[in-house]
Amino acid sequence: MKTIYILWLRQLKRYIRSKSRIVGSLAQPLLFLLALGYGMGPVFQKAGQGNYIQFLAPGIIGMSIIFTSIFYGLEIIWDRQFGFLKETLVAPVSRFNIMIGRTLGGATVATVQGVIVFLISMLVGFRPVSFPLALVAVLFMLLVAILFSAIGITIASLLDDMQGFQLIMNFLVMPLFFLSGAIFPLQNVPGVIEKIAMFDPLSYGIDAFRQLLVNISHFGLMTDLTVLVAVTLFFLSLGSYFFSKVQI
Amino acid sequence: MDVIKVKNLTKKFDDFTAVDHISFDVAEGEIFAFLGPNGAGKSTTIKMLTTLLTPSEGTIELNGHDPVNDSNAVRHSIGVIFQDPSVDDELTAFENMEFHGVLYGLSRKERRKRIKELMEFVELWDRKDSLVKEFSGGMKRRLEIARGLLHHPKVLFLDEPTLGLDPQTRNHMWSYLQELNKTKKMTVFFTTHYMEEADRVAKRIAVIDHGKIIASGSSAELKAQTRTEYLEDAFLALTGKEIREEEGSTLDRMRIHRRVRGR
Repeated sequence: MKTIYILWLRQLKRYIRSKSRIVGSLAQPLLFLLALGYGMGPVFQKAGQGNYIQFLAPGIIGMSIIFTSIFYGLEIIWDRQFGFLKETLVAPVSRFNIMIGRTLGGATVATVQGVIVFLISMLVGFRPVSFPLALVAVLFMLLVAILFSAIGITIASLLDDMQGFQLIMNFLVMPLFFLSGAIFPLQNVPGVIEKIAMFDPLSYGIDAFRQLLVNISHFGLMTDLTVLVAVTLFFLSLGSYFFSKVQI
Repeated sequence: MDVIKVKNLTKKFDDFTAVDHISFDVAEGEIFAFLGPNGAGKSTTIKMLTTLLTPSEGTIELNGHDPVNDSNAVRHSIGVIFQDPSVDDELTAFENMEFHGVLYGLSRKERRKRIKELMEFVELWDRKDSLVKEFSGGMKRRLEIARGLLHHPKVLFLDEPTLGLDPQTRNHMWSYLQELNKTKKMTVFFTTHYMEEADRVAKRIAVIDHGKIIASGSSAELKAQTRTEYLEDAFLALTGKEIREEEGSTLDRMRIHRRVRGR
């Protein structure tokens, strides 16, 4: 327990100290909120779908969570290249605990980012339907963050260096985000897109945020929860398996 | 009693044999130097002894435990100071020590006491709250040495520990390690490219080249065997004068990459 805590604490400290990274990582969601929210808003309204900022904000919260948690999962590759991973691996701590500590660390950071984006979106006009439900949404943010941290660690365990980073961003993270229904409703989209979104775990995360924040849902909250928990458990096991095989 | 027993240890990467059926023993309380040119298999051997790599063949016994099947027991018995820095730049010196102490299960009281003691010894106590990224190479090394000793290991592994250290720090470090070696019977296993260092501190030396141990014994024995006067000449007589190619790492590329990405 103590070892998981200290690994978690380390990632939090690193996060708080990287001021430029915090600011940098908030610029993108803000840009999306402003450009898409205000740019596409009138079209969305005319199509009879209501206020676009209300629809978009949960998706952008999901975006900042997936980007941050995958990034912090992949940070293991840095640790490996710069030697610190060795320090943890020669210590009398099981690989499983290391994996859990890191996952929770990355997930906490990503959740904090998600909450910050939530607050920023309120500045540009977003209003959640109820604050108690918004608190439940934060729990879902943590669940989604754990899921994608575990995916990040799974990938990081299979890569030797950061060369593959762009590949992962362009072929995994971007498609997961754009095809998740984060920026458009899944109702009435072509069947292919809807099918793809059904296999994208982020879709369920964002759907849950929407249900809790603005009371719109495509899959239903119970389905969201079930899928998210199942996929999270799957990637936690897969991640700890691959991480246990890491050799330096 | 032998605290390290190695038999027929082999490590193959695809079809390249980095370590080729080596056997040696290190007695408890010994200071043992493991010498060899670049790419001879030193670091690979250390990685296998410290549970970071699984051997392809052969057996290791470390403080009575097997690094493959009983890695936790081995990890409790050893301290490792790696060739490349392995401190976290974004944490303070104290936090790096604290992190280590918690991982090794030291109680808070014990941890605080030892951290102060060791950091005072390496003369970093007044810089304990500075971020490690502000440290020079020598200061990082000193911090790593303090950290490696925090959990009072039975065997201390040092992979080129004095690389880039000035003579003052080097002497200071070795006199402390020799002291611990005497009083606590801590076994020291180290690699170095400085022959006079091995000559001065090591009780026994093994020379590895192309993955095989080609000579072992005390410094005097190696010199006698090669009819040379200095250990450096003995080393050259054993391993030849040809310059070795070391496999290029991606580390330099990474460093540039990291700077560009601004983190």
